[in-house]
Parts: sequence; structure tokens; C-alpha cells
Amino acid sequence: MSAAFDLAIVGAGPAGLAAAVTAAGLGLRTAVIDEQPEPGGQIYRAIESVSTQRPAHLRILGPDYAAGLELVKRFRASGAEYLPQTSVWQVDGERNVYVRNRTGTARIAARQILIATGAMERPLPVPGWTLPGVMTCGAAQTLLKSAGVVPDGRFVLAGSGPLLMLLASQLLRAGVKPAAILETRPNTFAALRHLPGFLAAPGYLGRGLSMLSELRKAGVPHKTGVRRLHIHGDVRAREIEYEWHGQILRESADLVLLHQGIVPNANLAWSLRCAHAWDFAQRCFRPVLDAWSNTSVDGVLIAGDTGGIIGARAAALSGHLAALSVAFNVAKISTAERDRLAQPMRAEIKRHLRARPFLDALYRPPQEMVAPRDDDTIVCRCEEIRAGEIRRLVTEQGCSGPNQMKSFARCGMGPCQGRLCGLTVVEMIAESRGVPVPEVGYYRIRSPVKPVTVGELAGLGLDR
Amino acid sequence: MFKKLPDAGTATVTVLIDGKPFQAPRGCTAAAAALLAGATSTRTTAVSEAPRAPYCMMGVCFECLMEIDGAPNQQACLVPVAENMRINRQPGKAEAKP
Amino acid sequence: MSRYDTIVIGGGLVGSAIAYGLARGGLKAALLDEGDVAFRASRGNFGLVWVQSKGIGVPEYQRWSRLSSGLWDDFAVELRQETGIDCAHEHRGGVTICLTEQDFAQRRQMMERLRLESGEPCFEYQMLGHDELRKLMPEIGPEIAGASYTRYDGAANPLYLLRALHAALLKRGGHYFAHSKVASLRAAPHDFTVTAGGATFSAPRLVLAAGLGNKELGTQAGLNMPVQPERGQILVTERVKPVLGMLTLLVRQTAEGSVMIGESHEDVGLNDATTPEVQQALAARAVRTFPFLRDVRVVRHWAALRVLSPDGLPIYEQSQQYPGAFAATCHSGVTLAAAHALRYAGFVADGALPAELARFTGQRFNVQKAA
Repeated sequence: MSAAFDLAIVGAGPAGLAAAVTAAGLGLRTAVIDEQPEPGGQIYRAIESVSTQRPAHLRILGPDYAAGLELVKRFRASGAEYLPQTSVWQVDGERNVYVRNRTGTARIAARQILIATGAMERPLPVPGWTLPGVMTCGAAQTLLKSAGVVPDGRFVLAGSGPLLMLLASQLLRAGVKPAAILETRPNTFAALRHLPGFLAAPGYLGRGLSMLSELRKAGVPHKTGVRRLHIHGDVRAREIEYEWHGQILRESADLVLLHQGIVPNANLAWSLRCAHAWDFAQRCFRPVLDAWSNTSVDGVLIAGDTGGIIGARAAALSGHLAALSVAFNVAKISTAERDRLAQPMRAEIKRHLRARPFLDALYRPPQEMVAPRDDDTIVCRCEEIRAGEIRRLVTEQGCSGPNQMKSFARCGMGPCQGRLCGLTVVEMIAESRGVPVPEVGYYRIRSPVKPVTVGELAGLGLDR
Repeated sequence: MFKKLPDAGTATVTVLIDGKPFQAPRGCTAAAAALLAGATSTRTTAVSEAPRAPYCMMGVCFECLMEIDGAPNQQACLVPVAENMRINRQPGKAEAKP
Repeated sequence: MSRYDTIVIGGGLVGSAIAYGLARGGLKAALLDEGDVAFRASRGNFGLVWVQSKGIGVPEYQRWSRLSSGLWDDFAVELRQETGIDCAHEHRGGVTICLTEQDFAQRRQMMERLRLESGEPCFEYQMLGHDELRKLMPEIGPEIAGASYTRYDGAANPLYLLRALHAALLKRGGHYFAHSKVASLRAAPHDFTVTAGGATFSAPRLVLAAGLGNKELGTQAGLNMPVQPERGQILVTERVKPVLGMLTLLVRQTAEGSVMIGESHEDVGLNDATTPEVQQALAARAVRTFPFLRDVRVVRHWAALRVLSPDGLPIYEQSQQYPGAFAATCHSGVTLAAAHALRYAGFVADGALPAELARFTGQRFNVQKAA
């Protein structure tokens, strides 16, 4: 099958859905391709199922989650073509989108591509993090949303970031209580100068305070300023060790849920050679975008968290904005119309972004959490490469960048294609060389960005 | 490690996890089903045969690789359960069948 | 300014093998390498120590490749003992698959010609029909006509080899300089001064092993090295349990279990992008050759730029204008690594190339230029 679309959107999270609504509304032939079986991305995961089959869980998950239903409904009514349970494994130089689902592979031609692949959890490489029984906070949230499943037994939340509190309060409402929350030191002092912006942003402070109060009422042990996390266990996690106010303490746990913020999930954009730049505040790479969401690659745009973490509300707005840009790019609307329609969106995005500098500064991960000190810590989970080897290759063999590191040590060559090791490798090389991260660069990411078989590449699969 | 909330619905699907039948909640993924069935680890690595289990549940980490209906190395967190689905631990490297 | 016995420009498979050989021979060697994001043919190498297709009509190349393959066994052991790094060298022969009967007939002619040209010791090969090939490789596709086989062929992991060469160089007292692209080069007989990465190096010997960079550098050192890029694309699969027991020219299974599927030859300039057309062609040919690959997952699709001289042969030469400057370029950096380290480095140290390598001077291209 080779259908022509004006716009192919990769990702059905808030940015992708909003873009589809606006694009279809302007008469653009639009397709949305997403791996999940329902729209919503990660933040609004399974919102349709929850609303129809488990509506009581909307109370557990909170009003920010429930708010996503309206956007999903608008998407369903938009007329955009929707390809769920479909992965995008390649986009070529002519903006053909290569997809794969349970029945086979196909190539979809599009005039413009919007990458709205959202965010993923920042890796939190601590000793023992690869043990069974260690997952991300996002994973626990996904289980709650998509299946009404919660931790059973003794579980600990560790790391930093607003999601830690959010998950804890959601689980409390669901009737399970974390054995402890171990928060690594937030950078309160550095964040203070951004406080006015945060306070002026809609609702964030209120939400944060009410979550803290829920936790206190439930008597959840909550320590801040925790350092040097170390998960112990033989074939599974058994306990988490940490340093707090000079003491070494341990919590036994069947399940450890880690989190230290989210970062763009941008391998598709990297594979297209979209230019990226290092964002010091968010401590990650983000694509270089102009004021109209265009990347450095002609006809490829990015919206939502893939372009840098902005949160669900701002992501939806950025999706609407990107759709306007696409409509302009394909000469569907004029400059004047585009600018007119964009103005209220921009104002609204600005409002939502007021909270970000404070949150980014408060939760900026400290050096030891992005560049593990312990030589035995696994950095590349897929290839089982440890921190010590990476450091030695820099200091003893002059390995100067992630691509040379990849070729010497194999890190980044496994199935996840650097998603879980890339940032760590780059920070470690920068630290060992004593240079800023942007000077080190990032992996050269190649397609396929999702698995596809040799047979499917050969064209032997069903062509739809 | 995990349990279903009592009000999460009663619709289930029968799947086979390492050969043993299990009533998985309708709509959950193969990875979630394995965890609910009590699996601690769901694979051993291709490099050192170390035990691993799902980590991110969103298709990014590739830790949830399992053999599903005979196909090795499937991202189990992206596969919704279906009646009689065979979900097996992935033992190290995939076997390339002729 | 730092003085060395030799400056080697280019930290890829060719340069690092020669630099290691020099250090091993007791010379003070400086290896200058450019940055992390550079074309770097060495990262795209398929990893074969391949002899059977080399040197049709050029028996010197046949012999040089065979020599290197013979040296490789001890070379691999030496590197492992020196550095602890195992290059995963295997030497059990290899086959070139012939898809059709016509391919088979052409291949037989080629192999016979190699044998006739080879002199002593004689080049030996076998042509295997489908049934004989199937005995060696039960996974072979049903339509495959057959293959040529020689015992000279082998393989190694090119990335581990590079890492081992770098480590061995340092162990032997060599000096490695990253981020050191040549800014300026001043040449005089037995006297070379190079500025790179903010430092200045001087030595009575200079080796140009900078891949595509050799063309420009060569002009400053009295060496004609008219190399051009040729793109090759490779597919790499997930790790699978061992299946392929024999090496083939286009498909091989590494020690880790990944299957590598090659290869294309494209004249596209300095463009290392991958293309869907070649992707499909490589995959289709691979499945035809080994049907089991149909259900194996691809995790990476690479492209790299080979460094090719106009006739595809290496360029080895000592500059007549500036004696002490040596050219070293080839597209088979793994195959020739042993010869580069254990022979070519010695020639550079002694200041003279032997008659066997006279065939490879860059002067062979001058005639064409004049015409």
C-alpha cells in the first residue's frame, strides 16, 4: 500500500492527537501512527478503556489524567486515519514512513512528517538497577492505567521528580502504600530564583502541595537528600541501600520503582539527522526547532516532549501549532491565517511553560546520578557494559566520543539502540575528558529504529 | 510483585505462560500478564544469561523480550493478550528456526 | 614541538596497524587521529580476512593478501597476549556463494585464472556444487547453484581489532593523539613537520594512512593517492544462536551471534546515508541465500565509505620527492592488518619498500593523468 497523506504523525500522545485534530480540521489528509492499541500516548494511556470499563479509576489517577479524554474524543471525531499497534521503523529521505504491525509492513508516503514520539524516563543507572524487580515509576503508572494493576508486597520509590509524588498519591488512592519514598536531593537553592514563575503558572503549586499532604496523612516514610542508591539482590531485587545524613541505611523491597525525570524519546529524529543541541537546564539533547516546529530536515516537524520536556498541556498546544505550520508548509493556509490562528496558542503555551524553569532547576539531576561513580554499575543494559570499562576507555585509550565508545565497547549496539545508555555514556565521556557535554556529541542513530525482520525488509511480508 | 485491583473488571483471557495456563485481564499486555502470574524474571540476556524483567513497560528498554506464539524476542509490553497466546521466557539468544 | 621517529596520520585500521608495527619494532611513533564524528571507514568494515577474490590479473595483490592471512593466526594471538583483547579471529576458510549457474561458471573461471597466475606457492581452491555446499552449510537456500571455497579466508572483529591495535600501540610506548586532524604539513627529504590538534610534531618518517584524507595530504608529501569514496551498506541482525558454521563473502555470523549482511558498491561521493532500495536488495539476497534469516530481526542498517583507489588496489609507495614519506591505503583494512603491522611497518622503518610492492605505487595513476 502506498497512500499519499499530507501529514503523517508519529505518536498518539497529546501532541500527536492535537496536531491531528487541527490538521484534519483544516482539510489536510492526516494519518496518526502509534504503537499502543488506544490513543493517549503514555500520559493518557488507556484513557478510553479506563473511562468505559474502570471509571472508578479516574478518581485514582487524578483530574489531569481524566482531562485527556476530551482530546481523545476530538481525535476520534476528527476524520484523521488512525493506525494503532503500528510501529514506525524508518523514515527515508523522501518522507516515506515505513511501518509495521502484526500483519506485516508497509510504506506510507507523506508530504510532511510530524514526530510526536514524546518522552521516556531518564535512565537512572545505579548498582543493581538491571535486577528483576526494578522498574521505572512510569512502568508502575502504565500498569495502573492500562490494566488496573498495582504493586503487591513491599515496594520503594526512589529518585526525584514530580512523577514520584504523583505515582505515590495515585497508589495511595488505589489502596496500596509505598514502604518508603527516597528522594535524592532536590536543588532547592538553585531553583529558588525561578519560584515566581512557578507560582504564577496555572495550578502546579496547588497540585504539588496536595500530593505532599496526602503522603503525610498516609504516613508514608519520605526522605529527601538521599544519595548513593544501591540495589541489592541475587536473581531479583531484595533491598535498596542508600546514604542519608551521613548514615548508610537499607530498605527491604520486592519492587523498586526508579525515576529521575523524563527526556525526549527522539531516536526517530536522530535517525533522520535532525540537528540537536544540548539543553543545560534539562540536561539532555533536544532537537533544534524554529518558531514553527520545523526541524533542520525539510518537511520534518516535531511537537510535544520530543522537542524538549514541556508537559502534557503544553504538548497538546504545540501539536496544534505544528499542524498550523504543516498547513502553511503545504500551502493550505496563508501566512496571515497561520499567524492569526497561532497567536492564542502561543500565549497559552507560554502560560504553561512558566512552571518549567523552576521544575527543571529543582529536579536537575546531580552529576553522580547521570555519571555513575561505582565502576560496577551497568551503563549499557543491552550489552552489559559497566561504568568502569567506559571510564577506562576514555582515560587510558583516549576514546573521545560516543561513536568511538560504541565501536570499542559495543555500548549502544543492542536492541534499545542507545535509548537507555546514550545520555549516561555522553555524560561520562564529558566528565572523564573534562569538557562540556555538547563537545562530546551523541550516537549516530540509524534505522531501523524499531525491529523489523530481514524477510520484511526483503518485501516478503504482506504489503498493505 | 503485582496484583490486579479488585474493581479492575473481571473479563479475562486464557494465556499460557511458560506452558501454564493463566487468566490474564482482558486488554493487558503479555508482559503485564507474566508479571501478574508471578514471574520474577522474563528472560535471560543474550550476553551473559543474566536474569532480566520488564523495566519501562512502554517499548523503549527492550528488557521485556519474550517468545510469543513461537516468535522470539518480541517486546511483550507492546503485545495485548489474546486467547491461547503462548508467552514464554526468552532464554538468551534467539533461536533462528529454519 | 615533539620529535618522533615516525608520524602516522590516520588512526583507522591501516594507520594503527602500521603505528603498532613501528612501536613494536622499537621506534617512537605518534599516531594522529581526527575526531569522533568523521567518516572512518574502519567502523564500517565487514570484518573479513578475505583472500579468494583478491588480485585477478594482479598476482602481487593475491600474494600480499595470502601472506597477510597466513600471518594473522599468530598476529591475533600476539594482540591478545599484549592487550587481553580477543579479536575473535577465525581461520577456517570461506566461500563465495554463486546464486545462479551462470555465476558459478564465471566464478570458476575467475578462480582458475587466479590459480594460473599465482606461481609458487600455488593458489588452491575448490568449486562446490549445490549438494557439496549443502554439506558444509545445511542452511543454504534451495536455489543456490554453489560456491567457490578456499582455506585462506577468515574473519575478525574489526572494532575489537582497532581497539586492540590502539591498546597495543600504547603498551609499546606509542603515542596516540585524538582530535588531531592535520592543520599543516611541511615536507622535506627525511624531515616532516605536522601541526595537528594544536600541537606540532616532527619526524624523519611520515606515513599517510588517513583514508579519504590521503588525497589532499598526499599532494603535500609528494605522493599521488587519488582515492575516492565508495559507499557500502550493511545490515546487522540481533544476536541469534550459532547457525552459520562457514564464512561467506556476503553473509557471516559474528562470535556474538549477530548476522552481518553485506554489501553494496555505490559511487555517491561523501554520502554515508543508507537507502531503502539497497536495504531491500541486501535483505532479499540474504533470504534467498539463507532462508532462515527471514524471521531474524535487523537491529541496524549501516553505511560506510570505502577508500578506493581507481583500480581498487592498495597504494604503497615511498615518495621520491620526499623520501621518508610513505603512502598506505587499501580497502581491506582487516585482511591486511597483519601484513601492515608485521611487514609494512618494517619497510617504513628500514626506509625502503621491497620489489613485491612496486606494483602498488601511486605513480601508476600518473600515466592516466598525462593521457
